[in-house]
Order: sequence, then C-alpha cells, then structure tokens
Amino acid sequence: MLALNNYLIVSAILFAIGTVGVLTRRNAIVIFMCVEMMLNAVNLTFIAFSKYLGNIDGQVFVFFVMTVAAAEAAVGLALMIAFYKNRESIDVEDVNLMKL
Amino acid sequence: METIAIPAINLAVVMPEVILSIVAMVLLLVNVFVPGKNKGYLGFLSLIGLAVTAASTVSAWGLPVLGFNGTVVQDNFAIFFKVIFLISAALAILISDRYMVQEECNQGELYPLILFATIGMMLMASGTDLMVIFLGLELLSICLYVLAGFNRASLKSNEAGLKYFLLGAFSTGFLLYGMALTYGATGSTKIQVIYSFVAGNPAVATNPLFVIGMLLIAVGFSFKIAAAPFHMWTPDVYEGAPTPITAFMSAGPKAAGFAAFIRVMIFAFPMLNAHWTQVLWILAVLTMTVGNVIALSQDNIKRMLAYSSIAHAGYALVGFTACNAQGAAGILFYMLSYAFMNIGAFAVIILIGKKGEKNGNVQDFAGLGFKKPLLAVIFSVFLFSLAGIPPTAGFIGKFYLFSAAIKSGYVGLAIIGVLNSAASVYYYLRVMVYMYMKDPTEEFDWAGATPSIAICLLACVGATLVLGIVPGVVLEWAQKAVMF
Repeated sequence: MLALNNYLIVSAILFAIGTVGVLTRRNAIVIFMCVEMMLNAVNLTFIAFSKYLGNIDGQVFVFFVMTVAAAEAAVGLALMIAFYKNRESIDVEDVNLMKL
Repeated sequence: METIAIPAINLAVVMPEVILSIVAMVLLLVNVFVPGKNKGYLGFLSLIGLAVTAASTVSAWGLPVLGFNGTVVQDNFAIFFKVIFLISAALAILISDRYMVQEECNQGELYPLILFATIGMMLMASGTDLMVIFLGLELLSICLYVLAGFNRASLKSNEAGLKYFLLGAFSTGFLLYGMALTYGATGSTKIQVIYSFVAGNPAVATNPLFVIGMLLIAVGFSFKIAAAPFHMWTPDVYEGAPTPITAFMSAGPKAAGFAAFIRVMIFAFPMLNAHWTQVLWILAVLTMTVGNVIALSQDNIKRMLAYSSIAHAGYALVGFTACNAQGAAGILFYMLSYAFMNIGAFAVIILIGKKGEKNGNVQDFAGLGFKKPLLAVIFSVFLFSLAGIPPTAGFIGKFYLFSAAIKSGYVGLAIIGVLNSAASVYYYLRVMVYMYMKDPTEEFDWAGATPSIAICLLACVGATLVLGIVPGVVLEWAQKAVMF
C-alpha cells in the first residue's frame, strides 16, 4: 500500500507534463491531448484523496470530469475540423489571423 | 467507505433550470422537424421560454431554499444573477436573427445553444457544491466554444472557436486541480462543509495543499471573467466570434464567472479574506490597467470593446476586493447595467455592420451623427455609460464599487480605479468624435432596423438611463441579494 504522497506526486508530475505540453506543442490535437492529460492528473488526485479520506465524493467527481472531457473532445475535434477545412492546417502557428 | 444515500429530490429548487432545459430540447427538435430557411421563429419561442423561466426564477425571491442534499440553493443572490443571465440571453437573441441572415450562417441551433449556455450560468450561480459549479461552468463553456465558432465559413470565427476551446480547456484543468486540492485539504466538495472545516481548523490556511488549491481556483475563475493576466484569449475571441455572440459572452458568462467566484471565495473562505483580497487587489489593478491601456490603441471596434470589457471586469474586481456587502451588491448592480449598455453598443454595431464585418473599424463610424442622428444618440448613451459619465447606469455602478473599496480602506485602489476610468473616456469619446466631427468616408449600408433590434435598443437605452437616474429600487434588490 503506497502512501497518499506518492499518488499526489505522480499526479502533480503528470499535471506539469500536460501544462508544459500545452505551452510548447504546436499541433492543436497534441495540445488537446496534453489538456486531457492534465484532466486525468486531476482525476488521479481526486481518487487518491477519496481513498485516503474514506469519502466517496471524489470518485463521483471523477465520473463527471470524464463525462465532461468526452463532451469537450467532441466539440473540440469538430472545431478543429471546421478550422482545417478552411485553412488546411491544424498548426496553432496558423491560428494567426487576429494579432495584438 | 460509505455508500451513497439518495437525497430527497426537490425539483422546485431547480424549476427555472428544468423549464429552460425542456424549452431548449424542444427547440432542438422543432429545428430539425420544421422545414424552411427562416429560423427567426425559434428566437421568438426562445424568448417566450426565457420569459417563463424568469417568472419562475423571480417567484422564488425570499428565503433561501436548499435542494439535492445541499448542492444547489435558490437564494436571492442566485436569483439576482439568474435575472442578469436571462436578460443578456434575451437581448442576445433579439439581435441575432438579422446578423445571422446577413452572414448566411442562419442555423437554428444557435438559439438552443444560447439557452443551454444560460442553464449552465444559472447552475453556476446557484451551485453550492464545487461539483455543480464545475458542471455549470462546463455546460456554459462547451456551448460558448461552439457559438464562438458558429460561422463555419468564416476563418475568423473558426479561429475564435479554436482559440477559445484550447485556452478554455486549459484553464478548466487549473480550476479542477484547484478543486481537487481543496477537496483533499478540507475533505468535502460542499461549500458549506468547507466553510465549517476552515472555521474549525484555522491552521488549514498554512496547509500548502489548501493554499495552492485556492489559488488555482482563483486562476480558473479569473480566466472566465477575463481578468489580467489571464485575459489573452479575450480580444481574439471577441473579435472573431459572431457579433451577437460577442455581446452575449461579454455580459452573461462574465457575470456567471463572478457569481461562482463570489460564491466560492466569500461563502467558503470568508475567514481567510485577509489572504485572498491581496491577490484580488493585484488582479484588479492589473486588469483595469491592461484593459484600458491596450484599448487606447485599438481601431477595430469589437476589439476595443473586448479590451474595455477586460477593464470592466477590473472595476468589478475592485468591489470584490473590498469584500463587504456594498462591494458585492455593487458587482451585482454593475453586471446588470453592464449587460444593458454593452449589448446595446453591440446592437448598434450589428445595425450598421456590412456582410463579413467589413466595416468594423472606428473610422467607419465617421459621419454617423449626420446620417443617422437617432442611432448616433443611442450609441452615445451607451458609450457615456461605459465611460461612467452621469446620468447613466455605468456611473452609478462605478461610484458604488469605488465607494465600497474606500469603505474597506482601499483608498489607493479606488484612486487607481478612478484614474483608469478617466483614461477610458479617451477611447469611448474617440468613437463619438468620429460620429459627430468627421465627414462620412463611404455610404452606410443601411438595411433598416428590424423590430427585434429596435426592441433591444429601446430596452437597453431605457434601462441604462433608468438605472442611472433612479437606481434606488434595483440597488435595494442587490443589497437584499447579498445579505448572506
């Protein structure tokens, strides 16, 4: 049985990897995958706490997060397809029509 | 580990949301099964649905009622905010039809999406559990991603949708991580339980899990209300999204962000406000200054109003920093007046807009004062109100927010706010200089006001002036709404 800290450290590392990925990657789909990784890091945190506290709320939260992530994926990929049809690219460097 | 007890179902608490969900789902079906290219009737049906929802919402005014095992509450605070959301949805629907026909993206799904977004906002305002607030926020955000990219043929709209989606999902990650850490530190997602835990264990304020959790929640909400330095998405999304949607996004979702932000901060962590008001102080100053300074150099009118909306979030944050009843009431009042004046301004932009938003620059307003005097006067009222000049709603709102800050001893913050407000007069009046002191460079493409836009303009001008001249009744409601 691993201690709570181990789970928290792993999820914090996953979250950090996801964040760095969002900030450095250029392909919109890869960025979205990094966001999904951040959400799953959060899920791991919730479950670790839920087990540790003996409180089921955290696990219920995870179900909602997964459902919402699925809905978000549907909408996000649709937006990417719409963008691709007009621009023939999915690189965020090409999302540049409007600038400061 | 405990089992899940099925709580008593009290549908009366969520009646407005239930009604609006049914209307939205029925409209989706109507849109599919009724043939024809004209979708304006869906807007009319949505307005009826919003009116019924508003009646059901307002009738619950009075004592707070908890429901679903204390995860949602119908209190005056939520009701006031819900009225703001319903009004901004109704105004956005009124100005949608003409624009969508003109841009040839007249899909009927627009109206149900606006209604679903409104349901999300309503859940955010009445949620007393982090789970419900998260679900409301996501319902709102997912609808807004689609709405921002609604004009599929336009590359600008695609970009707006994609940018908003990527950054919105990114910020959701932070918000959720904050919620997870807060849950871990306090043992519950219910705001009431978090409150009693923090009250019973003051030592939690130095628990790193809790502090990081609170900060991450603040980051997530700051993104939604477009506070600097989390505002980078705002100008691009506001510029690229279809104009009626921009109007909607700047009024409703911003208010919803504040509703949830206030609910979590003031209700769950009231005894820690010495800590988080410091963070809010910095956010407020940054947000006002960044918004106003960059707005000074904008030519595109939608982009200018986007930066101005960042600045307005900053003014509301001043009231939040004050962290007293007057400040909270000030935010409520300000969000209501902001909905009227900002959507009104966008209605004028739609009215003189050409296909493809070809004349979206400040220079294109040249000579409007001579060609369409009435429209120019109406636009001037909105600009005066946004700049905070009496006798308009914007002045009363700002006055109330800044005096709340002074009452709590934040004199410096109030002074920075007033200076910012003075700077903002420049870019609002610049539009008026073009309207009244320059000759028109080209003919206006005047298609005439449709009845729905005329109603919207009339309501906005009326409300902006009435709230500015006799704010008493509404301010009283706002004060009653924040008596927690």
